[in-house]
Amino acid sequence: MTTTASRSTIFRRPTATKGFWSWITTVDHKKIGVMYGYTAFAFLLIGGLEALLLRLQLAGPEGQFLSQAEYNAMFTMHGTTMVFLVIMPMSAAFMNYLLPLMIGARDVAFPRLNALSYWIFLFGGLFLYSTFIFGTTGAPAGGFLAEEVSRLGSAPNAGWFGYAPNTEPQFSVGTVLDYWAIGLQILGLASLLSSINLITTIFNLRAKGMRLLRMPVFVWMSLVVNFLLAFSLPIIAVALWMITFDRQFGSQFFQAANGGDPILWQHLFWLFGHPEVYILILPAMGIVSEVLPVFSRKPLFGYAAVVFAGAAIGFLGFGVWAHHMFSSGISTVAQAAFGLSTMTIAIPTGIKIFNWLGTMWMGRLRFTTPMLFSIGFVAMFTIGGLSGVTHSVVPADWQQTDTYYIVAHFHYVLFGGAIFGIFSGLYYWFPKLTGRMYSERLGKWHFWLMFLGFNLTFAPMHWLGLQGMVRRTWQYASDTNLGPWNMVVTIGAFIIAASILLFMWNWVVSKRRGAEAGIDPWDARTLEWTIPSPPPEYNFAEIPTVTALDDFWHKKYSEDEEERPVRRDTADLLVEELEHTGNNPGKPIHLPGPSYFPIAVGLSLPVVGYGIIYHGEVWGVALLAVGVLATITSFVGWAQEPAEEPGEEESPGEEH
Amino acid sequence: MSPAGPIAEKIDGLWWLVFWIAAVIFVLVQGAILIIAFVFRDKDGRKEPKQIHGNNKLEVLWTAIPALILAGIAVPTVQTLFELTNRPDSALTIEVIGHQWWFEYVYPDQGINTANTLVIPAGQPVELIMTSEDVLHNFWVPQLAGKRYLVTGQETYLNLEADEPGEYWGQCAEFCGLSHALMRARVVALDEAGFEQWVTDQQQPAVEPAAGSLADQGKEVYLNAGCTRCHVIEGVWEDVARQPPAPDLTHVASRSMFAGASFEFNEANLRTWLANPSSMKDGSLMPNLALNDEEITALIAYLETLK
Repeated sequence: MTTTASRSTIFRRPTATKGFWSWITTVDHKKIGVMYGYTAFAFLLIGGLEALLLRLQLAGPEGQFLSQAEYNAMFTMHGTTMVFLVIMPMSAAFMNYLLPLMIGARDVAFPRLNALSYWIFLFGGLFLYSTFIFGTTGAPAGGFLAEEVSRLGSAPNAGWFGYAPNTEPQFSVGTVLDYWAIGLQILGLASLLSSINLITTIFNLRAKGMRLLRMPVFVWMSLVVNFLLAFSLPIIAVALWMITFDRQFGSQFFQAANGGDPILWQHLFWLFGHPEVYILILPAMGIVSEVLPVFSRKPLFGYAAVVFAGAAIGFLGFGVWAHHMFSSGISTVAQAAFGLSTMTIAIPTGIKIFNWLGTMWMGRLRFTTPMLFSIGFVAMFTIGGLSGVTHSVVPADWQQTDTYYIVAHFHYVLFGGAIFGIFSGLYYWFPKLTGRMYSERLGKWHFWLMFLGFNLTFAPMHWLGLQGMVRRTWQYASDTNLGPWNMVVTIGAFIIAASILLFMWNWVVSKRRGAEAGIDPWDARTLEWTIPSPPPEYNFAEIPTVTALDDFWHKKYSEDEEERPVRRDTADLLVEELEHTGNNPGKPIHLPGPSYFPIAVGLSLPVVGYGIIYHGEVWGVALLAVGVLATITSFVGWAQEPAEEPGEEESPGEEH
Repeated sequence: MSPAGPIAEKIDGLWWLVFWIAAVIFVLVQGAILIIAFVFRDKDGRKEPKQIHGNNKLEVLWTAIPALILAGIAVPTVQTLFELTNRPDSALTIEVIGHQWWFEYVYPDQGINTANTLVIPAGQPVELIMTSEDVLHNFWVPQLAGKRYLVTGQETYLNLEADEPGEYWGQCAEFCGLSHALMRARVVALDEAGFEQWVTDQQQPAVEPAAGSLADQGKEVYLNAGCTRCHVIEGVWEDVARQPPAPDLTHVASRSMFAGASFEFNEANLRTWLANPSSMKDGSLMPNLALNDEEITALIAYLETLK
């Protein structure tokens, strides 16, 4: 490598290997994964707090806890946060941390790009949340406010779906929706970059013998998800630019009076938004497909069927978007077509559920906390799936849409599904991440409390919706008889909150004082359990060669004539050896060098964002210029900085 | 949901059909989970399980059976869908116009313009032709029909029918800005004679208050305080720019609810409203006209005569 001429002159190569600066400049996929996880969890607490405020407001009829403006801001930020700042980055945390470990690689394909994704996500999220400090909002043009909107209400307030024309400047005055549109734009960029990175990683960095159909199902589901991201994010990016141009520069994309079309927004939004649903759920399905076999002590039932069903869900996910719009006035033929295409999604989803049941069937089930959450996932997701089928019955959906019945449905999918899956994964991989065991007793308390709270919160929403309770309404009248069930829902929400506290307690204490985990505490099946816990920076001292699906399991177990597993005599020795060699690589391993440039770019983008919002002011234009200049400079420095220091020959991309 | 008309009943029937199918699947799957969890739990002496990798026959089976069930659901779905979206030949046509945050109802053949309370004849099909003048709204009276958006710059259609005379409540179902929660829809179905009487009443210009009465003073307030910029009262002041558009007040006292059908039309509510509309409905386009108590009292007296 001839790099002497192109040494970066902007920042010196960072050198910290421990402490604050090592995190700021890291390109290690594990550290980045951990940062994704903690950041997403912090946003989960914020989004949860917003949900609790909503529930306090709705606990009884004609609630006065929040003002109307505050309520609208809270439900918008709750949805936006949970989708873009919690479930997506939490999935990114798992994918970042686990994909290289599961396919036998030393890092992702583009380590610095990976760091960039994280920093864009973090600063994009902070940019969005800075609306609570800087954002302004008010009545629609010509309207009057009883009193000024509080800071709590000075946040995006048009729903996470932001239907035009309510988002147009004459109806949403002030800047809060600019924070929303530009904030999501920045956040989308993080996921888009990461999707290209991870697709490349999965295709190019697999260990020898790790054929596509030997990949763990979590890797497969991640692959599908990243394709969904790569194809759907550009659509929302376009839509967000259109609304940003409408708001900032007077374009008329969604202004009906001047030939624009408000329904166009809905098509663009849901053409992204429906694949997004699968982006949120498929990683959890991958986690469940890893956990169930391990604690059933059986291989996944119908591996190929589960993989292809996941891919089918991904494909079909692009053909069902208008089922979010059955009452929007689209033509009857379109309603029929999208109703039918929606029904077909139930088929691959059913295949997955039946195969999971098949995995547990005849197994030897160990009810550890991750197993409980995975079984909970299957049970709760089934309910969400069944209520989903009732939406595909178009005339019935005319009644259900925009009511709490829908709120119930998608929380069974995204909470009972995605979040249960995420908790299953957090417990399952906790020993790998920390080298210690969590408290099983606290974990089970967490599960049962959350299971109870979840069902108390979201099951009654089905009946509330069928009774006619409309979403996004700040109050309901006392003559509607919606009060009692709403009180139950609010109590359930606080039980969920309590269960989250238990989880945090368990995490913090176990991380310090949990029992030593060893490299393979679960007697697991996949490659990440063949390396020390926590994994060394280089992951694998020696890149493994894979000869089968669930390779590690087959190295530990043979089968007797009844097809029952028999632990090989060599198994214990093998595990011991793996631990030893894992910690003591034979020759030095060179890894991609850390870099300041990803965080520099990540910091520059929100500056551009503020510049766009305040471009009417001189200082706004100045910010815009500074932001653009900083972005370009950082990229130039990045381009000049070699991936490794001279003399370091080996990089993950050169493994084979 | 308790349907009160043929359209809502059809939807309800379809919903229950799908509900029972879903309920059976629910019981089977959840039952299977519980049984599997109990029977196959790890316990002392339990042998290692057979390493079964799958079963192609089962895969085909649990692909085909759900597909057949869905096909069974698809047929009545599509049938009902087309049946309910057919535009009827002989229906009473009413135009619905969405505003932040109230529904305006125009009866083109009867020459009636009203707001907040939609009056229909019971036992007769009604077709709503809907649009919006600002953001998206969604007209929903669950006992009578499903939802339909009111879309800016477009027309949408909704069939509606009530079997029996009565009062039916609904709500704007699409988030439409600050006071979305305070945009309700109230439908009153009248028997045939009652509806004809209502039409005749509504076609009359406003009642003239007795000279010198309190109501007469209220009429002066209406004419001079700024109300006429937006509000029509037929026979009194019709030359209205309607910027922003506001409800026609000719028969406002006959509607029993006001301001998005969210508040009862009574003295106490009117007093608060006229003193400062945004205190009851945040973001309201109706300004505080800085009326004094006497003016408000007189205005209420006048409005209450507008039956």
